[in-house]
Amino acid sequence: MRKYILFSIYLTTICSIIYSCQSSDEIEFAAYKSNGKDIYVKYCQNCHGANGEGLGELAPPLTDSVFLKENKQQLACFIKNGANQPMVVNGKTYHEKMPTFNQLENIDIAQVITYVTNTFGNNQGMYKQETVENDLKNCK
Amino acid sequence: MKQIRSTILLLVISVIMVACNSGNKTLPIYGEREAVITKDKAGIERVDTLYQTIPNFSFLNQDSVMITQDLFKGKVYVADFFFTSCTTICPAMHRNLKEIYEDYKSNPEVMYLSHSIDFKYDKPSVLKNYATKLGVDTKKWQFVYGSKDDIYKLAEKSYLTVVAEDNDSPDGYMHQGWLVLIDKQKRMRGAYDGTKTEQVAMLKKDLATLLAEGN
Repeated sequence: MRKYILFSIYLTTICSIIYSCQSSDEIEFAAYKSNGKDIYVKYCQNCHGANGEGLGELAPPLTDSVFLKENKQQLACFIKNGANQPMVVNGKTYHEKMPTFNQLENIDIAQVITYVTNTFGNNQGMYKQETVENDLKNCK
Repeated sequence: MKQIRSTILLLVISVIMVACNSGNKTLPIYGEREAVITKDKAGIERVDTLYQTIPNFSFLNQDSVMITQDLFKGKVYVADFFFTSCTTICPAMHRNLKEIYEDYKSNPEVMYLSHSIDFKYDKPSVLKNYATKLGVDTKKWQFVYGSKDDIYKLAEKSYLTVVAEDNDSPDGYMHQGWLVLIDKQKRMRGAYDGTKTEQVAMLKKDLATLLAEGN
């Protein structure tokens, strides 16, 4: 009997060790997302809302996953340099200006984009700091 | 025997507590006050309390119409100070206030008054655009434009809200995000931080209390 108990404890321990060992990629993704949320609350939520619902016709929602996918290379530019051109989101046109968030570093931008593009019904996976650097070179 | 005694004690306490809770709840009245002695028709002297009230004003609204305090006669209203290009607290304040606006859409006794503190840029046409895009462009929600002197004085002296030009802040102005509750007698009955959901919930509750009060 004692043997069985000891063995099952041993087995559970091994299993939980294996289970808790996420790959380093997953850990990095989780860290990006959770830091991204803090940045979102601080800089984006006022206009775009706690659930990415936007604000009337003043600020577009962040729930249009097609828009976010098609414009993924431009998202870093929108954040860093602001946006002044009309955008069609969820079939509606938004004309208001988006302010610049020049104070954000590339890592902040990467984290907040990772958060937004994997929340509010979006599921695009990781968006890394290096991609921000690249995308910012090609701003329209 | 001891048990009976304690049961009775408990009963008495709970009756007292229930009794304390009943009776109409009213909101406090804010601002300065003074006692004045008045004589009634029979010549008997009485002491009355004179409360601080919002003084008369005249501003251009989003339709470029000059409005005065008369528009708010017999209304309970929520006032605030904001500007259209504000990217910090204003969107959050107006998102929350819009929720209350939707709740009381069919109640003619409730109105809203948003003063712009950006006297350089927020002309009536800009306010109109903002109100339309926020989705609240009706008579119930007035957006007003006035001179810096008028608006800033009214904010600080009457609505007890701090507003100022500020070159250090990214938008050029700093101000407090109070949503100020004014009763039908132009008295200030509450101020709530419009960026905090729990304070806005309190405003909703107090607004219902104030309407039930009838003042």
